[in-house]
Amino acid sequence: MSNIKYILGSFGDPDEMMHGIEKLQENNIKIHDVYTPMPIHGIEAKLGVKRSRLDIAAFFFGITGTLTMLTGVYLATVVDWPINIGGKTHFALPDFIPITFELTILFCAFGLVGSYYASTHLFPGRAPRVMDIRATNDRFIIAIDAKANADHAKIDELLTGAGALEVKYNERKYISYE
Amino acid sequence: MGTHHYNLSEQFEFTGKVKVLSIVGILVGVGAIAYGFLSGQEERTFANLLLMAYYFACVCMSGAFFLAVQYVAQAGWSASILRVPQAMAKTLPIAVIILLVVVGLGLYTHTLYHHWSAPGLTDPNAENYDKIIAGKSSFLNVPFFMSRMVIFLGVYSIFATLLAKWSYNEDLGGGLSSYQKSFKYSCIFLVIYGFTTPVFAFDTIMSLEAHWFSTMFGWYNFAAMWVSSLAAIALIIILLKKAGYMGWVNNSHLHNLGQFIFGFSIFWTYVWFAQFLLIYYANMSEETVYFYKRFNNYEAWFYINLIMNFLSPLLLLMDRDNKRSNNVLMVVCIIVLCGHWVDYYQMIMPGVFEFGTKVIDGKPGSGFGVLEIGTALGFLGLFTFTVLNALSKKPLIAKNHPFLQESLNHHL
Repeated sequence: MSNIKYILGSFGDPDEMMHGIEKLQENNIKIHDVYTPMPIHGIEAKLGVKRSRLDIAAFFFGITGTLTMLTGVYLATVVDWPINIGGKTHFALPDFIPITFELTILFCAFGLVGSYYASTHLFPGRAPRVMDIRATNDRFIIAIDAKANADHAKIDELLTGAGALEVKYNERKYISYE
Repeated sequence: MGTHHYNLSEQFEFTGKVKVLSIVGILVGVGAIAYGFLSGQEERTFANLLLMAYYFACVCMSGAFFLAVQYVAQAGWSASILRVPQAMAKTLPIAVIILLVVVGLGLYTHTLYHHWSAPGLTDPNAENYDKIIAGKSSFLNVPFFMSRMVIFLGVYSIFATLLAKWSYNEDLGGGLSSYQKSFKYSCIFLVIYGFTTPVFAFDTIMSLEAHWFSTMFGWYNFAAMWVSSLAAIALIIILLKKAGYMGWVNNSHLHNLGQFIFGFSIFWTYVWFAQFLLIYYANMSEETVYFYKRFNNYEAWFYINLIMNFLSPLLLLMDRDNKRSNNVLMVVCIIVLCGHWVDYYQMIMPGVFEFGTKVIDGKPGSGFGVLEIGTALGFLGLFTFTVLNALSKKPLIAKNHPFLQESLNHHL
């Protein structure tokens, strides 16, 4: 039993990589993930990646901000310091729409930055974990789980046939580039 | 990216039920207007005519604005749907003539704009001398007012007609020269349009209440006309799709239009609120009078306006799938189009009928009845008839547009 965990097909051209994905899928080889230096149109649909739920998270972060501000304003202007300003009601809602809006945006932005860090493990100070560093530069990487797909020779053949410049056998999932 | 088999010379046939219904609409409108005049409600009829003529002209000129924005942004996604705003742009001269006739007759008969155009207001010896109006008379006087109207609307019409014409030339000749010309003149048009629409809105609508002023009013109207035009474009496209035309329009195109409607509904609310908040906060009587009238006699309209133009698009179009759905987008477009009627209604009516539906000195007030619905239906019929007629004259797709392939393969 080999210690190879992941097989990486490294492509120099996005079209060839897309072709490689098709070939692997035709042969029922499950793709672990694909890493590219730039966004590639339509790749999510091809890989069957689920739609991001970031927008739903954004909504809830935002609404938390809205409610926080309105509660704060209510406590300040009605409960604690009811002051007559220009003859308006204590809780003069239109006056506080702009700051409510600001806090909605602020909570939304901070919340999304936090979600992003949490989902990508990119906390500040943490060494990045990548399968192949050249995916951040000029290579398009298809990663295949070597344990789940036993026929390594077939995978190698398919990747090379599709135009992979290099096929790597990694014994560790991530390579640390510290 | 499959190969496409669209019929690029597909043409809309304007016949049958739609044509009959639009003509019936026009007749209903004519009947309602005649009823208004014969039953002695000149002011209310004129206010309704102004409302709908303004709405009609604004939707059409924003169609030309849409074209210009697409050319200047060198947008690819919209290349296959440009014929719809082009048909609206081609209708603009008709809308302009109607608006000019309504405004001209309103001024002539003193049923509209009498707050600043009534005789004697600027004469220090006259009984009804008004110092504030006299101070504004170098801007608000009939010759300058009418010449501004004619020049602005004339310039918009010329650009609208030219942009449509070049696109048709492109169909025949191909090549890039039409596109480059359209690009250049679109840049010029956008600058002119941007600087003149606020003034156009000040003249046509804000001067109904000549004592009051708001610098946000121009942008507020711009947002209203732009979002209602986007809704009209989307609605026409969806209905054409349902009738079996424009098979190349996919839900990514609808998504873009939905984003436009969503975004600009919020922009409208932003400008509306920017105007409202400052007046509310400062609470100066010469400014608050505008909302005083609206709160006292038109309170329901005030809130309906916000529900239809802000809450409905916000909640219904927030979801991605809704923007991509024919039916949801169609419902939102209809709500937004009706909503901006309400918006214009509560801009215009309190200026003409300060006391709402109350009868003052035997003169009937405003209201919502046969006259409003009939006039609106009449202009809806007219819009449908003229725009679809213009649309049916040429193929439904600009087949030599340089970005056509990008639009046909549009995918979000």
